[in-house]
Amino acid sequence: MADLSRSDDTPPERGWFSARWHRLSIRQKQVVWAWAFLAIPIVFYVVVRFYPTANAFVLSFQEWNLLGARTWVGFENYIDLWNDPVFWTVFANTFEYLIIGTPISLVISFIIAYHLDKVRFMHGTIRALYFLPFMTSAVAMAWVWRWFYQPVPIGVFNNMLAQIGIPQIAFLQSTAIALPAVLAPAVWAGLGFQIIIFMAGLRAIPPTYYEAARVDGVSNWTMLWEITLPLLKPTIVFLVVFSSIGFLRIFDHVFNMTTNNPGGPLNSTKPLVLMIYETAFGGRSQMGAAAAQTVVLFVILLIVSLVQLRILRDR
Amino acid sequence: MFSDLRTTLAATAISGATLCATVPAMADVEIEYWQYFFDARVTAMEQLIENFEAAHPDITVTMTHFPYANYRTQVAAAIPAGEGPDVVQLFYGWLNDYVEAELIQPLPTDVFPAAEIEAEFFPMVSAMEQDGQYWALPTAVRSLALFYNQRLFDAAGIEAPPETLDELVEIAATLTERDGAGNITQEGLTSGMTAQDHHWFREVLVRQFGGAPYSDDNRTVTYDDDAGRAALAFYTGLEQEHGVTQTGFMDEPQAAFRAGRAGMHIDGSFRIGALNDTRGLNWGVAELPAGPDGTRSNYSSYWVNAITSHSEGEKYDAAVLFMDYITSPEAMQIWLEVVGELPARQAVGMTDENANDPIYGPFIRGLAYAHTTQFADESAQRQLMVEMVERVQLEGASVADSLATATQAEQTLLDDYYGD
Repeated sequence: MADLSRSDDTPPERGWFSARWHRLSIRQKQVVWAWAFLAIPIVFYVVVRFYPTANAFVLSFQEWNLLGARTWVGFENYIDLWNDPVFWTVFANTFEYLIIGTPISLVISFIIAYHLDKVRFMHGTIRALYFLPFMTSAVAMAWVWRWFYQPVPIGVFNNMLAQIGIPQIAFLQSTAIALPAVLAPAVWAGLGFQIIIFMAGLRAIPPTYYEAARVDGVSNWTMLWEITLPLLKPTIVFLVVFSSIGFLRIFDHVFNMTTNNPGGPLNSTKPLVLMIYETAFGGRSQMGAAAAQTVVLFVILLIVSLVQLRILRDR
Repeated sequence: MFSDLRTTLAATAISGATLCATVPAMADVEIEYWQYFFDARVTAMEQLIENFEAAHPDITVTMTHFPYANYRTQVAAAIPAGEGPDVVQLFYGWLNDYVEAELIQPLPTDVFPAAEIEAEFFPMVSAMEQDGQYWALPTAVRSLALFYNQRLFDAAGIEAPPETLDELVEIAATLTERDGAGNITQEGLTSGMTAQDHHWFREVLVRQFGGAPYSDDNRTVTYDDDAGRAALAFYTGLEQEHGVTQTGFMDEPQAAFRAGRAGMHIDGSFRIGALNDTRGLNWGVAELPAGPDGTRSNYSSYWVNAITSHSEGEKYDAAVLFMDYITSPEAMQIWLEVVGELPARQAVGMTDENANDPIYGPFIRGLAYAHTTQFADESAQRQLMVEMVERVQLEGASVADSLATATQAEQTLLDDYYGD
């Protein structure tokens, strides 16, 4: 009963923490609770994202083969990378994947989405068919395409060519054709996702714009250039950035289609991620050098994304 | 001598255990064995562990296996953390890295005297010796041989596998078939530096043409000479000049052979199991064809077992006993029968029965003249061989230039590894 007579401000039997808590305003309490809940993802991110990333930066200045101790080597890994001709081939390949892959995949997926949007007959089924490759494991897909590309007598494409008397093409064994050959299934695999996003974008354009244009007698072509594409800009920006990152990080298709000679022939299909993988987990496990390559990839991804966002942003 | 010692130790252990049954210090010891996952190897090891435990009731051996892809990483992470195996399996080429990183300890010289190992094992195990003591020992070794498709041989009226490189080309030409457009539909001989051909080139062809791939201390690349050029010209000539093979045919050389689309195929003894499982394939094995002057050569590789650095006290003693058993003649014979890999001891390998076996025989006889490459980084060194051939085939580089480029690149790799 004596408690009732006490002032609420300083309940003596409460601890220091409790006392402080009760002194907070409702707004302050909300903030505390918000941070308490946010702490979980923050801790998670620090442990599984930021710490390894920071560690990779540190590692890129060290030499480590997984087995022994790490030794400090300064910028040696970066200098070696700069002087490595394979790195520059790989660097060029990586951008080739980006520069060929992104526009081709976007144009194809837009054309399909644009027409699919108008199709009423079995719309859902057709859309699902396009989406299917996106859900298929990249590894399985790469192996099926690898089989398609084999020389006679097992390769599907070459057998077809042989049937009609055309000489076979060394899809995966030629330094000129191998990269586009490896890129093709990667583009194909990503189409489903891009089509879905494009269709969502197309559906979001108010039909009244088209109706008004039609009343004015505007051609379909003009409607596409003047209405559809400008209004799709946010979708296009998203897809350009998203698919660019995808092509800059291409790995599974290349690795699985060229497993016997990863990134070959003569490094003509090797992307940066495959080079990192080989440096890290190849024969000698040069983790420091691999970390340096990762840092380079990180910087490239960052620059490419920032540049794209800047170019494509709404003014 | 080992078996005598083993019996003595086992007897001592058993009688000791009986005498001191009440003393807790003699409690059962459990040791751990790690290897990478390969079905037949696991089965063989289970059998060996069972036999070992029967002879040493106070020791329990637990086996753990990992996929090959992350085996090295697992070992590297576990041992420094004071966990992991007491006895570990590793590829012979990794030994230096393991020794330097202090992951393994030398084998005790009283149980594994260097002189005795050198007298009893096939010579290539000497690569496991440093400063008079051995760090690891294999149960089994592998060598190369020529697999041939008996049905295709019969159909073409070929009576015997080739004895020389000239005969190899001749027979391969007879067995090669093409379609109307000139595409190969059946190759006489498989090829591919990505498979076993890089070993065939280095340790067999280069030597058969009168050279040597590396200096005696393994630190200098020495194949950039007339012998190397002749060897590479012979190898690339198989496809470019004679048209008896095609890189990438049927995806992989062994796939073409298993599918019955290749007349001959050079591969390791570890392929025996897979070929045995291939229905409808009637195949035989012959020693690798001899060189122009009759020189025979072969390549051998192996996986070894070693005691890890964190194994101490009772566990260490048990690990030594276990190592002794898995490198014993009995274990080797079991390994041969279950895995198809060849015994590492000459006395076991060269028994009349084994050496004259129609399948194992050519591999075992090949061990007598086999060389083992001391790799600094096997996959990187193989890649240089792959690219050496690709430069000739895809870019029209001359044999001499391509060989010189490969030599230089491999020398850089070795210099880097040996810290010159």
